[in-house]
Amino acid sequence: MSQLEIKDLHVSIGEKPIVKGLTLTVRSGEVHAIMGPNGTGKSTLAKAVAGHPSYTITSGDVLLDGKSVLPMQPDERARAGLFLAFQYPSEIPGVSIANFLRAAIQARLGEGEELDATGYYKRLYSKMDLLQIDRKFTSRAINDGFSGGEKKRCEILQMAMLEPKFALMDETDSGLDIDALRIVADGVNALRSTNLGVLMITHYQRLLGYIVPDHVHVMWDGRIVKSGDKSLALELEAKGYDWVKNELVPA
Amino acid sequence: MSDVTATESLPAPIADTVDNPVSGIDQTAGNFSYKMDYEFDAGTGLSEKTVRYISSVKKEAPWILEFRLNALKQFLAKPMPTHWATKDLENINFDKIRYYLSSGQKPKRTWEEVPDDIKKTFERLGVPEHERKFLAGVEAQFDSEAAYSNIKDIVSKQGVIFVNSTEGLREHPELFRKFFGKVIPTGDNKFSALNSAVFSGGSFIYVPKGVKVAQPLQAYFRINAENFGQFERTLIIADEGAEVTYMEGCTAPKFSTSTLHSAVVELVALKGAKIQYITVQNWSANVFNLVTKRGVAEEDAEVRWIDCNIGSRLTMKYPGVVLRGKRARGEVLSIALANDGQHQDTGAKMIHAADDTTSNIIAKSISVGEGRSTYRGLVHIPKTLANCRNNTECDALLINEHSRTDTYPAISVRGRKNSVQHEASVSKVSAEQIFYMMQRGLSEGEAMSLAVNGFVNDLVKEFPMEYSVELKRLIELQMEGSVG
Ligand SMILES: Nc1ncnc2c1ncn2[C@@H]1O[C@H](COP(=O)(O)OP(=O)(O)OP(=O)(O)O)[C@@H](O)[C@H]1O
Ligand SMILES: [Mg+2]
Repeated sequence: MSQLEIKDLHVSIGEKPIVKGLTLTVRSGEVHAIMGPNGTGKSTLAKAVAGHPSYTITSGDVLLDGKSVLPMQPDERARAGLFLAFQYPSEIPGVSIANFLRAAIQARLGEGEELDATGYYKRLYSKMDLLQIDRKFTSRAINDGFSGGEKKRCEILQMAMLEPKFALMDETDSGLDIDALRIVADGVNALRSTNLGVLMITHYQRLLGYIVPDHVHVMWDGRIVKSGDKSLALELEAKGYDWVKNELVPA
Repeated sequence: MSDVTATESLPAPIADTVDNPVSGIDQTAGNFSYKMDYEFDAGTGLSEKTVRYISSVKKEAPWILEFRLNALKQFLAKPMPTHWATKDLENINFDKIRYYLSSGQKPKRTWEEVPDDIKKTFERLGVPEHERKFLAGVEAQFDSEAAYSNIKDIVSKQGVIFVNSTEGLREHPELFRKFFGKVIPTGDNKFSALNSAVFSGGSFIYVPKGVKVAQPLQAYFRINAENFGQFERTLIIADEGAEVTYMEGCTAPKFSTSTLHSAVVELVALKGAKIQYITVQNWSANVFNLVTKRGVAEEDAEVRWIDCNIGSRLTMKYPGVVLRGKRARGEVLSIALANDGQHQDTGAKMIHAADDTTSNIIAKSISVGEGRSTYRGLVHIPKTLANCRNNTECDALLINEHSRTDTYPAISVRGRKNSVQHEASVSKVSAEQIFYMMQRGLSEGEAMSLAVNGFVNDLVKEFPMEYSVELKRLIELQMEGSVG
């Protein structure tokens, strides 16, 4: 059983505070959804937790199984079990998916340990089949010329291969067609049953129909302003963010 | 003009110690102390005496001495090409250079004295045990005679001549003289003139009509003191319908005994012949690498240069093809990596001289740290010709803020019946890309080398397997030092 604790986190970009005191704990097997208007700081939160160098954590802490990840480089955090499915995945020309994932898995092995190539490909193909990604994609350069939906599926493929403890999924649903949404949701649900903890950033209730969240949080101006169960998402969809905003206005 | 005959006694070696013969591998890696005795040594500095000395040691025919002396005159008369090239050339001190060394070195260094990180580099690159000692300067002679004579035996059965330049000119003058210095005339540039005056080492190859040499001929197998030298001369002739691939160099950091390397390589592909010439070189950071390479392709013939330059202080190299016969094809694929303090000034020349000829240039450069890469291209298609095509693609990748790249394509294509396509790009490995890869668990260095390997990937595929694997590892090593 693992847990990811975000404690009163404050994040700035340059001088500008974006995340302003956010607290949240995710345990293995749980799915937390974060919803909130554009520009609220959702992606900033996710990237700061993953260790992006442009985001300064001015106070607060992020603990993985009780240990602060803040002194760790992004790659150390990744190897410790944090995975970020990017809202906008980068393209890496000339680096094939197969080689990239291989290097990523190799990086998790000990000194002198060699990856078993046959086993690796077997696993890669089975995950691809599961996510209904054409096997031809293994030789394509990561995200290079991929459609929006293909990029998102490629993120989930990487997640499935790297088996993190916690996944921060930043709008993985946007850009996916209806079939792809179900396929991706099935993939996440399968991982969830093996104790993956998920922090899922989304704008749409539809995804939450497939991946049923344990908790839903509304983020507003760098803070969580409302938390509840899955019904909160439905309520939000019906009433819009103005409803939250109005609630926030001090009586 | 006096003739030097084979019977003339040889002058005594001018010096038996050398100032700094191991300007090697990695200057920062440790302090080498290294002393060698040379059986034949032309001393430092360049004069008629030096040239006569070299010619006499090699027991050359009078016409070759003549050729050398004429070249020396041209070398001395020609200005440095600094009106278009870098001023750094002015830092070459021709008086301090040793122009000829022969075999007989007895290195004093033991394997134990070779610094650990150099040993580690060899290991990482997968350099075979016995070659490591040679490359580190522990053994003067590379013990690969067996491998070499094996290849020589196989190809000589097909009538292939594969000898060094001295032997080629001595044993087969009628064959080699016809093309020697013809593809690249002595006065082509200051450094081709220099090479023509003092050349030694290099390969002379003749492939008879219709013979297709199955395995690549490798200079790698033939490393000895001379071939490791600075002024090698190579001439490859593929007779009608013949095919041959030649490979030179290795990715291991090269222990260099001199700061100036200036080779001349001439290729002659007769009607319907194919020559592929592959170079992978990794010079130490003190070397001026100024090389002239050109091939001529007759009707339906093909000349292809695959050129990979890593290291050196300054490399100037523009492999070229003269497309002399109809439907001839020329290609240059090049990769250059310039690290801190290095300047890779590379490119290609395509001279179309017949109808229906095609040429293709793909050049990729990587600049790391304060490294600088320059692409210079020249494509010439006169208006009297028809149906000629050229494709030029040059892509530069910059790794840090201070790296630099320049592109100087000179394309003179006349006539409405010819076509040319030119694309150039400059890209950077972005902080977002690095973060993306690190988020998957790769260290910053691993991420960077993966991105760089990705950038050259489509070209590296063209290299023979063992070279491409070594090249990848080499790029990894180069990139490790580039990130904070
Ligand atoms: N590199 C940056 N430089 C300056 N401002 C930035 C940078 N990155 C993000 N911001 C700003 O920080 C704020 C939060 O951005 P963020 O991407 O976290 O929002 P978000 O909640 O993910 O929005 P969306 O729903 O549109 O994805 C925005 O106002 C954005 O413009
Ligand atoms: Mg966002």
